[in-house]
Amino acid sequence: MTRQIPALTLLAVAALSLSACGKKKVELQAPPVTARPEAPAPAPQPPAAEPTAPVTSTTIPGSQQDLKEKAGTDTVLFGYDSYELDDQAKGILTRHAGWMKANPQVRVTLEGHCDERGTREYNLALGDRRANSAKNFLAAQGIDVARIATISYGKERPAVDGSDEAAWAQNRRAVTVVMAR
Amino acid sequence: MRLILFPVLLFAAPALAQTAAPLRVDINAGLTQPMPIAVPAFAPGNGASTEAGTTTQLGARASEVIANDLKSSGLFRPIDPAAFTTQVGIDDVVKPDFPAWRTVAAQALVTGTVSANPDGGITLACYAYDVFAGTEIARQGFVTTAAGWRRAAHKCADLVYSRLTGESGYFDSRIVYVSETGPRLKRIKRLAIMDQDGAGHRFLTSGQNLVLTPRFAPEQQTITYMSFENNRPRVWLYTLGSGRQEAVGEFTTMTFAPRFSPDGQNLVFSMSVGGNTDIYRFNLATRTTTRLTSGPGIDTSPSYSPDGSRIVFESDRGGSQQIYVMNADGSGQSRISFGDGRSASPVWSPRGDYIAFTRIGGGRFGIGVMRPDGGGERLLTNGYQDESPAWSPNGRVIIFARSDRSGRSGLWTVDISGLNERRLTTPLDASDPAWSPLLP
Repeated sequence: MTRQIPALTLLAVAALSLSACGKKKVELQAPPVTARPEAPAPAPQPPAAEPTAPVTSTTIPGSQQDLKEKAGTDTVLFGYDSYELDDQAKGILTRHAGWMKANPQVRVTLEGHCDERGTREYNLALGDRRANSAKNFLAAQGIDVARIATISYGKERPAVDGSDEAAWAQNRRAVTVVMAR
Repeated sequence: MRLILFPVLLFAAPALAQTAAPLRVDINAGLTQPMPIAVPAFAPGNGASTEAGTTTQLGARASEVIANDLKSSGLFRPIDPAAFTTQVGIDDVVKPDFPAWRTVAAQALVTGTVSANPDGGITLACYAYDVFAGTEIARQGFVTTAAGWRRAAHKCADLVYSRLTGESGYFDSRIVYVSETGPRLKRIKRLAIMDQDGAGHRFLTSGQNLVLTPRFAPEQQTITYMSFENNRPRVWLYTLGSGRQEAVGEFTTMTFAPRFSPDGQNLVFSMSVGGNTDIYRFNLATRTTTRLTSGPGIDTSPSYSPDGSRIVFESDRGGSQQIYVMNADGSGQSRISFGDGRSASPVWSPRGDYIAFTRIGGGRFGIGVMRPDGGGERLLTNGYQDESPAWSPNGRVIIFARSDRSGRSGLWTVDISGLNERRLTTPLDASDPAWSPLLP
């Protein structure tokens, strides 16, 4: 394991190397790139005199966000009490399949959901049907079924709060959820 | 803690002359005039004090529990205690002043005593009278712990109810249900249990896992339910007392909609395999699974007949949710519901005479009943979303969940006559109720 150099030391060395520019080349050892989720919070620093460096976020390939961006959405919708995929849903799932081929390490869970206008137990079964409709479509596109799990939440996890047709339509859905690795 | 109640014979009364027309409540007549009944504070008997309070205090509280039970049935109208200010003494219990009770228009009188026993327990003596005839209807003593005084009071109410209606009672029983809280998009659900009248409420699970559809075992110490623990939706068992939770079987796909067989030896539930849902029986002793239905439809919500010989369930094999009956081994499946709309979540009455169900139609959800042959269908309730019916132990009252358009939900009861719709008080929102059998 590389010994980690405290950040302040690194800054000091960097400052030295800048001031010594042209005179002597100092090789800076690159900091380790291993993730440090447990890293302690940095000690409070006095306000920096210089403007802070801009930070832009980027989408990690193979992530849920990546799927949403590449496929347009992670969700397909269904008609009332239906588990049939319409052309729009098939188009979305075709893009999901393409994305899974481009990210062969990714495994997904297909979540089946229902609107509130059904009885609880029936909706668990209907959500299972919807999840499996989507799974079967992905499999037909050549995705290994070992990469696809399913779960039904019935009407327990709506996406949209509301009791009108607009809300119900958004809640009758299957969501392709990238599994945490 | 499990309380044991001993019914005891009270001092025998002289043989009573039978009146020509005994006082009677016809529960099926669609009662519009509940019977006026007086339930004065029970008199303090032997001993002054228990760890649950003085016998005078317990006597007053017991009469309130009894009056509340009888009132909740919709068949009785307890007379405001302000109408009779006299304190009932022991002598008044065994020899009531009938003319005085007639002046407050009481048709029936429930009175009694609460005594402290040398072992720290109590005896609740329960007496019921026909005021106009001046005759005794019932008398029974109940011995229990001091903390069990409420159960003794419920037993007294059950005795009065059964003598006046001819039906068995249902007040000494409990309700398990799903307590709901939080916003609709992030609902937290917990198993909770309470006495039938809402007393003794407690939560059984923490809310960390989504839980649904709890139902009692016939011995009432075990509850089967569904949990999403570890994102693995399946059937579980919860043991009251120990709080032990145990997943049922080693199934790789979703199991749900569990119910016990009447002998407690089997569960029936649905299992979904590759988008197809069928009904299975699971033997709790041998842990063997038997498939009862097959075919591409959704078969779910199975419920045994009280003799265990048949199972009612719902299926969409004919195109939409309808109710079917089959033999307990899966043979002889036939459709029994032919009404408008869809019929779902059937539950067989513990008396065997009716099947309660959820009717979906016209954008509304209501609770109905039909005979096991599908005849005599009647809708009892109608709401934005009434569902999940369950039976009182005597098969005369249905408890169900009612939700409104804002997503709020609560528990309600209704008589099989369709009358006496009432909301039960729960600390939070509530759904998926199940009623225990009468406690022993």
